Amino acid sequence: MRHQIVSDDLRAPEMAEAVEKCVHCGFCLAACPTYNLLGEEMDSPRGRIYLMKNVLEENLPAAEAQPYIDRCLGCMACVPACPSGVEYGDLLVGYRALQEKQRQRPPLDALARKLICETLPYPRRFRLAALSGKLGKALLPVLPDAFASMLSLLPDKLPPARPLPAVLPAQGERRGKVALLLGCVQQVLAPEISHAAAQVLARNGVEVHMPRQQGCCGSILLHVGEEEQARDIARRNFGCIPADVDAIITTAAGCGSGMKDYELLFKGQADAARAAAFSHRVIDFSAYLARLGLRETTAGFSSQRRVVYQDACHLLHAQSHQSEPRALLNGIANLRLVEIADAGMCCGSAGTYNIDQPEIAAELSRRKVASILAAEPDLVVSGNIGCITQLRQEFARQNLTLPVAHIAEVLLQAAPA
Amino acid sequence: MNRAIYDALETIYPAERILMRDAQLLPYESDALTAFNTKPGAVVIPLNEDEIIATVRLCHELDLPFVARGSGTSLSGGSLPIADGLVIGLNRLNRIKRLDPRQRIAVVEPGVVNLHISQAAQPYGLYYAPDPSSQSICTIGGNIAFNSGGAHCLKYGMTSNHVLGLKVVLADGAVTEFGGESLEGVGIGPDVIGLFIGSEGLFGIALEITVRLMPQPERYRTVLAAYDDLGCAGDAVSMVVASGLLPGAMEIMDRLAIKAAEASVNAGYPDAEALLIVELEGEAPQVEAEFEQLNGIIAESGAFETRVAQSEEERARIWKGRKSAFSAVGRLSPDYIVQDGVVPRSRLGEALLEINALKQNYGLDVANVFHAGDGNLHPLILYDGREPGALRKAEQLAGEILALCVALGGSITGEHGIGMEKRDYMPAMFSEEELDIMQALRRAIDPKEIANRGKMFPGGEAPALALQGMHPLEQQGVISRE
Ligand SMILES: Cc1cc2nc3c(=O)[nH]c(=O)nc-3n(C[C@H](O)[C@H](O)[C@H](O)COP(=O)(O)OP(=O)(O)OC[C@H]3O[C@@H](n4cnc5c(N)ncnc54)[C@H](O)[C@@H]3O)c2cc1C
Ligand code: SF4
Ligand code: SF4
Repeated sequence: MRHQIVSDDLRAPEMAEAVEKCVHCGFCLAACPTYNLLGEEMDSPRGRIYLMKNVLEENLPAAEAQPYIDRCLGCMACVPACPSGVEYGDLLVGYRALQEKQRQRPPLDALARKLICETLPYPRRFRLAALSGKLGKALLPVLPDAFASMLSLLPDKLPPARPLPAVLPAQGERRGKVALLLGCVQQVLAPEISHAAAQVLARNGVEVHMPRQQGCCGSILLHVGEEEQARDIARRNFGCIPADVDAIITTAAGCGSGMKDYELLFKGQADAARAAAFSHRVIDFSAYLARLGLRETTAGFSSQRRVVYQDACHLLHAQSHQSEPRALLNGIANLRLVEIADAGMCCGSAGTYNIDQPEIAAELSRRKVASILAAEPDLVVSGNIGCITQLRQEFARQNLTLPVAHIAEVLLQAAPA
Repeated sequence: MNRAIYDALETIYPAERILMRDAQLLPYESDALTAFNTKPGAVVIPLNEDEIIATVRLCHELDLPFVARGSGTSLSGGSLPIADGLVIGLNRLNRIKRLDPRQRIAVVEPGVVNLHISQAAQPYGLYYAPDPSSQSICTIGGNIAFNSGGAHCLKYGMTSNHVLGLKVVLADGAVTEFGGESLEGVGIGPDVIGLFIGSEGLFGIALEITVRLMPQPERYRTVLAAYDDLGCAGDAVSMVVASGLLPGAMEIMDRLAIKAAEASVNAGYPDAEALLIVELEGEAPQVEAEFEQLNGIIAESGAFETRVAQSEEERARIWKGRKSAFSAVGRLSPDYIVQDGVVPRSRLGEALLEINALKQNYGLDVANVFHAGDGNLHPLILYDGREPGALRKAEQLAGEILALCVALGGSITGEHGIGMEKRDYMPAMFSEEELDIMQALRRAIDPKEIANRGKMFPGGEAPALALQGMHPLEQQGVISRE
């Protein structure tokens, strides 16, 4: 599409390129959850691109477009669906950051913002804050992505902190050396995931480094427009993660795709090359393990289990990991993987979404659960805490007892004794 | 849009389904042909046919022009809004009301996506045959308006060959039904369904469509042949046709189109000047016999490489490249025009040579993707809209290609319709009397010309587009406008 985007924003070239590549063909509409629900053009990827274009061209006040941009789940289903190679994510992330900078925040928001910036990215502080009840639900509406949905589930009692060693040695012959990112919120709310991931890696001959100084991926800071601070926390990770690891592993979909965007975040910075090198080594847990190959065949389950693998948008669409987790699961004896209808549709967990757009989010999880139930599974597996939380919530609401687990936990469970 | 109209709409719709704000209207201002854009007065989102009928009646009463809109994938400006008019967005009417595997029919609402019918029929071994490349998103309503076709229409025909019954609201608000559920019902009296299909939204809105389902072919044989000359690929098509074989599909892509498709979906196509895809389908013994015959023809045609899909995945990959080709060209060029013309297939080679000469004259790149089996060409003319005059030059080349199609005894559209884009080319194909008859028919149904006003017929209200000055066909003396 032709455009007249003139902006001196650092990300303007990427935004303009996305608009330029869009030929308005509509192929992406079929993949978009909000379009499927609402059937209105401004709630489709094509419509949103057009709206953002018009705002960037100063033909339309940003406030008018805002509701439709806010309704975007950021699920990236439109990206693989686009034959023309439009990097919708580049446009959306750049656009949101730009709007954030220009948005006047009311004073209360400023306070909440401070709390977020100084708490969430630091697991220890976060844990304390969560325990002291400071992170009340008041914070939720300003939080992005997986964070909010996890916080909205803040249990009355937090699971006990389970510090991990700085290094977990490889068992048997060493086949790899990696750094494991523990994430911020996940570490506090579901420490068992990182524990399982570290153990599975070690059992498969991988030396796992988990430096204590590591921070979060910074995407939460980016979301609230704190770019500089996001870069600082990223730099902290560059500093503490050994230079000679084969890979930097994440167990949450959003962190992975967030860190893969470091290249854009560090554009024009002195340490841009370092950021790029770092982000190129980031890989999701299941993708790394599938590439490495499981060393021993898993013992598997004692009796047949039907398992549904729930694709996290940020693994499937943003990082193209469709086959890897399935290959791992298929290797487990007595596990029968069953596919569901519309596997690529978001479950609605995209963070604040539950709070900002309760109806859409509820309808998306309702649909997702319906397609899962139609497959009659005994267990649901996912690679992302956001989805896991969302599904558990919806199952509970419907009084279902279907278990939901992270793929690392399932692999650990199925490992040979 | 004035207050009275809004008030009237409010008697039909709750406020949230009447879209009037700028941010709501802008996304509707174009279809897939972005060279045209017009902001409508309002967009309404009906949820059922009663709301559609009430809306059309209201438009008739208030003299308010309207445009029905499916998924807005029209490539000819068919769903371009009318300034201050109404857009009726049909996407929420997306239910398959009934699917009867015994009778092999489906009854659907107009906003149902083409591919969803085949998906619903799949468990019964059935499918809906017309397969436009846009089938994953275009709607049956849009398909009816344009009599859309696709790669596999060579053997089974276009949309009009697959619609058995139609319930429509005509532009004057009358609701009527044509056809029925059986093939036999058709044939008594004039073929009214045939009249409605391809009428580009000028007669009214299809409310309920009964389509024919077909048994899925037992066997496919998909052959990909690579040539180092586009003309040779064209000649191969003539050879297949002459042999008496009737493949399910025969498609050609040239180097530029191959490059785009490859960049887009990694189809794994060979590096070639031209690719020919031939797909045989039907019952296994027959397909195998035809396959042998086809192999002989391809071997003789000078292909330097031939591949046969060995699995359903390989077949899907071959088709995915072809079906994404239009949009994929967006990777090669910021702007392009998708042209749609027809030449007699015996003159395919000739047409391709001419197009090649034309593009060199203009210094523009043209990617060719086409339904070779029925002579339906889709030259994609690449240009950069930021360069002054570039669009104009591309339009001129497009005009010359259409003139070429007509001169060779073909047509100015195969399946994308006249819409806004080609209305001024109509006189190149039809005499004044013929156009008058069409107009008379249209006025009989829509005396106020409120349905899709300004489309299809030459002249009329000024187009809301970038085309200025003499039309290319005017310059060549093919058409004249007062
Ligand atoms: C990448 C790409 C590839 C394409 N490939 C093909 C192809 O292979 N073959 C092909 O034939 N076309 C193709 N097309 C063109 C387009 O997809 C078809 O014309 C399609 O039928 C349009 O459907 P739609 O739902 O998008 O309709 P829209 O674009 O929304 O509308 C098209 C016309 O239909 C009218 N209309 C819509 N609904 C109704 C209704 N219920 N009753 C009456 N009139 C109605 C509108 O008023 C308008 O005039 C392609 C388009 C793109 C972008
Ligand atoms: S599929 Fe790609 S090119 Fe087509 S409208 Fe969507 S984003 Fe634009
Ligand atoms: S990111 Fe998801 S919700 Fe947003 S436009 Fe793309 S497909 Fe739709």
